[in-house]
Amino acid sequence: MSLAERILAGEIRAAARLMRDIDDNLPSSRDELRRLFTHTGKAFLIGITGPPGAGKSTLVDQVTATFRRRGKRVGIVAVDPTSPFTGGAILGDRIRMNRHADDDGVFIRSLATRGHLGGLSRSTADVANVMDAMGMDIVIIETVGVGQDEVDIVRLAHTTLVVMVPGMGDDIQAIKAGILEIGDLFVVNKADRDGADRTVRELSFMLEMNHYEESSWRPPVMKTEAQRGTGVEELVEMVESHHDWLKQSGEIDSLLRDKQGTLFQLLLKERLFAEVWGPLQKSGAYDELLDAILARTSDPYSAVDELLAKRLQS
Amino acid sequence: MSERKLRILVGKPGLDGHDRGAKIIARAFRDAGFEVIYTGLHQTPDQIVSAAIQEDVDCIGLSILSGAHNTLLPKVCELLREKKADDILVFGGGVIPEDDIPGLKAAGITEVFTPGASTEDIVAWVKKAVIPR
Ligand SMILES: Nc1nc2c(ncn2[C@@H]2O[C@H](COP(=O)(O)OP(=O)(O)OP(=O)(O)O)[C@@H](O)[C@H]2O)c(=O)[nH]1
Ligand SMILES: [Mg+2]
Repeated sequence: MSLAERILAGEIRAAARLMRDIDDNLPSSRDELRRLFTHTGKAFLIGITGPPGAGKSTLVDQVTATFRRRGKRVGIVAVDPTSPFTGGAILGDRIRMNRHADDDGVFIRSLATRGHLGGLSRSTADVANVMDAMGMDIVIIETVGVGQDEVDIVRLAHTTLVVMVPGMGDDIQAIKAGILEIGDLFVVNKADRDGADRTVRELSFMLEMNHYEESSWRPPVMKTEAQRGTGVEELVEMVESHHDWLKQSGEIDSLLRDKQGTLFQLLLKERLFAEVWGPLQKSGAYDELLDAILARTSDPYSAVDELLAKRLQS
Repeated sequence: MSERKLRILVGKPGLDGHDRGAKIIARAFRDAGFEVIYTGLHQTPDQIVSAAIQEDVDCIGLSILSGAHNTLLPKVCELLREKKADDILVFGGGVIPEDDIPGLKAAGITEVFTPGASTEDIVAWVKKAVIPR
């Protein structure tokens, strides 16, 4: 039986193995994903991003508990950075989610970025697809804690939460405008700390300077204390309101189209590059080409032109 | 451009309260290029085994100080067998009396490291012992 068939039959190990194959970029993983694709498109994807230590994982844990009480099955993808020096990684988000580890209705997978920029790993979208095919109602994706450029999540999730902490209001000016544009919902976590209300006010003020159409979604700013679960029920309700709005406004159609477009383009880029790069490197032609460029008998621009012309002919 | 990356789960079962040893091990494996799933303190054997399966790790490293090693470590191996996941290697580390080691190995623990072992020794052992997928 293929991994895909075993996954559809509910086998956890098969799902975990396919995620590994996807992460390791084995060609066979594409065949399995192909088989699973018709079984995807049912899960609701929630992205959670924000600076390191803001409480993202603690919030994921609480939001998961809330969805479990409502009888939903939850998949979690937690991304942490790979060390650029050793290629290794410590994936520690599970520490905050241990109580769900042996719940059959929850599947948690930790992923390392493996050099991919943008806050997610290359494999995140496909791993989320596997969870979708496994029948998870909700898939929650926690990005690495960088705080500025993790825009990839917006193209993947239906609803994106940006988590901040009190006191960050002072820094909001310094935060790239990007972060104010990616959130469908803003959360000021650690509300037990001083200055939470002020941060909520400042964030709301900054958001009001964005331009909104009459019919568009206005991102709310909410307060939580993830450690104790305070404000989490309200947060989940707001996430559901956003989902309802997406459906009622028809916005979901363009969102899903954009998402598939982004995934398609990524795949195309990756495959095209591999197609040209593999033979180039293996044949030794790459070294010759670099020699010529260094000796200034060729230049990178013509080298790429020639290479593409040759590839496209064949 | 496919590449097999080794994955290991490092955790600390039982009730006693500090995880310095486990953290040192986690860092050593990261520095050796592993992806380390670090699950922290107070894990039950059930939680450890479920996490190891969901994360598809090659190996589980458990740090233990509490003296409960004779029940907790074999329990992990038993659950792995029950879930047909006993291809995942398990090693233990900590203050474990010499006399207990044969019993642990008989229960399915592949290796036991006592405080004399260096992190280099442990990493080198795992690299050799892991069966490539
Ligand atoms: N005071 C307080 N601390 C909290 C709250 N929520 C989380 N924390 C603590 O903040 C620390 C970081 O929490 P995490 O959930 O690991 O944060 P994170 O954003 O996932 O961190 P990274 O994944 O490392 O970026 C932990 O010690 C939590 O216990 C809260 O509401 N109040
Ligand atoms: Mg986290």
